[in-house]
Amino acid sequence: MSKITNILMVGVGGQGIILASDIISLAAMLDQNDVKKSEIHGMSQRGGSVFSHIRFGEKVHSPLIPHKKADILISLEEMETLRWLQYTNTDTKIIYAKTQIKPSADSIYPEGIETAIKKEFETVYTVHTNEIKEKTGNAKFFNVVLLGLISNFIDIQDKPWHDALNKEVPEGTYDANLNAFNIGKDLA
Amino acid sequence: MMTKQVLLSGNEAIARGAYEAGAKVGTGYPGTPSTEILENLSKYDGVNCEWSVNEKVALEVGFGSCLAGQRTIVTMKHVGLNVAADPLFTSSYIGVKGGLVIIVADDPDMHSSQNEQDSRHYARASQIPMLEPSNSQEAKNFVKLAFELSEKYDTPVFIRSVTRISHSKTIVDLCDPIKNPIKVGFKRNIMKYVMIPAFARIRHKEVLKRMAKLELDCNTFSINKKTITDKKIGIITSGIIYEYVKEVLPDVSILKLGIVYPLPMDLIRKFCESIDTVYITEEVDPFIETEIKAKGITNLIGKDKFPLFGELSPDIIYNTVMNVQEKDLISIDIEIPKRPPKLCPGCPHHQIFNVLNRLGLTVTGDIGCYTLGVLPPYSAMDTCLDMGASVTVSQGIELAEGKDFKNNTVAVIGDSTFAHSGITGLINAVYNKRHSLVIVLDNSTTAMTGMQPNPLSGETINGDTTYAIDYQKLAEAVGVKTEQIRIINAYKEEIMEDTVKELLATKELAFMVIKGPCVLLKRKRAKQKRGKA
Repeated sequence: MSKITNILMVGVGGQGIILASDIISLAAMLDQNDVKKSEIHGMSQRGGSVFSHIRFGEKVHSPLIPHKKADILISLEEMETLRWLQYTNTDTKIIYAKTQIKPSADSIYPEGIETAIKKEFETVYTVHTNEIKEKTGNAKFFNVVLLGLISNFIDIQDKPWHDALNKEVPEGTYDANLNAFNIGKDLA
Repeated sequence: MMTKQVLLSGNEAIARGAYEAGAKVGTGYPGTPSTEILENLSKYDGVNCEWSVNEKVALEVGFGSCLAGQRTIVTMKHVGLNVAADPLFTSSYIGVKGGLVIIVADDPDMHSSQNEQDSRHYARASQIPMLEPSNSQEAKNFVKLAFELSEKYDTPVFIRSVTRISHSKTIVDLCDPIKNPIKVGFKRNIMKYVMIPAFARIRHKEVLKRMAKLELDCNTFSINKKTITDKKIGIITSGIIYEYVKEVLPDVSILKLGIVYPLPMDLIRKFCESIDTVYITEEVDPFIETEIKAKGITNLIGKDKFPLFGELSPDIIYNTVMNVQEKDLISIDIEIPKRPPKLCPGCPHHQIFNVLNRLGLTVTGDIGCYTLGVLPPYSAMDTCLDMGASVTVSQGIELAEGKDFKNNTVAVIGDSTFAHSGITGLINAVYNKRHSLVIVLDNSTTAMTGMQPNPLSGETINGDTTYAIDYQKLAEAVGVKTEQIRIINAYKEEIMEDTVKELLATKELAFMVIKGPCVLLKRKRAKQKRGKA
């Protein structure tokens, strides 16, 4: 069976994971792949942990990634990266936002996450929202910057990426989003 | 004809299937994971959809539409089917004119539900056939097939989805819609449509005949697929689980069931005879397993090895069939706090839970975002049973405690839930002279399921303006005393607290509405406005 690319995108409800994973899925389809993606709507979205499984290749069966099979784990929140390690292996590329969102006002944010992740995995990118904001001029495009970054590690051509962006982002924002995507591409 | 390929969620594909089948009517009540079906169907030209007041109403309206000859789809989540069970069982006797397809979306693992009941039991109990798709393409195809079966066998037909079908996107080929093959217009057919005992006895026999025919015919339905590759291990499965099996055990023999009620027993028997050990992989209840075992087939492994709760996954299936333990998972030794869902930042309805907590009241809760009032920091909810039960469970507490009842019980319910099945409970309270306080938290929308309008929000599924129930008039009309009714602003915490205390002190039935629109709804509206400008 030909190789399936598995991307697990995680974070906290409200961070725009559904839109970002829609863009990846559409780009993969436009690049002639079979695609499946799975996520959860409803109660868990109310500030809870959220995830989206994206899988593409010649033929995909399960919309869920089997354990240890993720090629890329992309997390929009620092500690959320650690909640999904059962899907990773030591070759999994870890991309995560250095954003910290406390589950509740009185919870203590765990320390030492970056060091621990870098010890376990070969390829780790940490992305700071402030740095991205300086480059794009707007924090809004953060997720698209991350998409640009992961585009370096997966086999999807530029044109399908651009077409998917054009279709999924709000009208009139394509140029700004494309710019953000290209900035992300240069991060690797 | 050129086919167009798109990525659709199972719910979008079900809506597309109904549209392509020529269905012109869709009804339902929002409920995760079913909600997006009707939202999407309502956007197709020429399809009349409605958010009904509840699932019972949705099925009845849908049933009327099918008797008038329209192909009709009715959507709900698994627990909604309980609400619709009354019309369901008798619609099975009456049958259809235009095709009637009922979509029920189960939620194994309860991602957003109060239980994980298995709707397949309803198919057997009501003698209504049930199909189960494995991906969005099948979801679309099966809806179209379901309409054909509905008309051919004169029965409503179920499509069962689950969260992982409804909320997964897969590639779908689009086709053009066909015309409804049935002539539209209601025509009298008393012996078929009026279920008095004399006619119902005749109809029940018709149901048995139709099911006997279906039991035979379904053995040759092309939606059941048998692949024999290995004589040692075989798997019987359906729905999303089929995809998990294909993922992790691509070489085993598989019987994939497209219809899960009635079961194609000849096909199953032959499959089991040609394989040494047959695994039945199904989520939650042993539905297929029980049916097969009842036929005397014994070379089966099912719920003796697989869990009776929660979702299955590719890993659970692989590890169970191969009898291996999962090992070498990466773990990092840092404790990460849980991240439970919570009321949105800025939610206007969090103050009331502070008040109720502070006053130490017993709070009977209901189904919606506000159920999150049970979690810290509020911890202000004592019961949550089903839609509408806040209003009625508190009455039961009062009835049981009798003279010792301290009038310290408060029912808390949202606007959509109140319209769904809270109003009957309020009538019950007045009629039976109960004394407690009922609080409606009105956020102008059905928020938890993604902002659907409802009878209290003054808008239809298409965004048309409609009458919004007047709380004051409603409460007065059912008999709540005028001086016991209060409608207040959600942002006035002090007034809220004083009002709760004052109403409880009267020791009479009281009705309080707290109004504060959902913050997400406000954002959504602002976005729509900007889009139009």
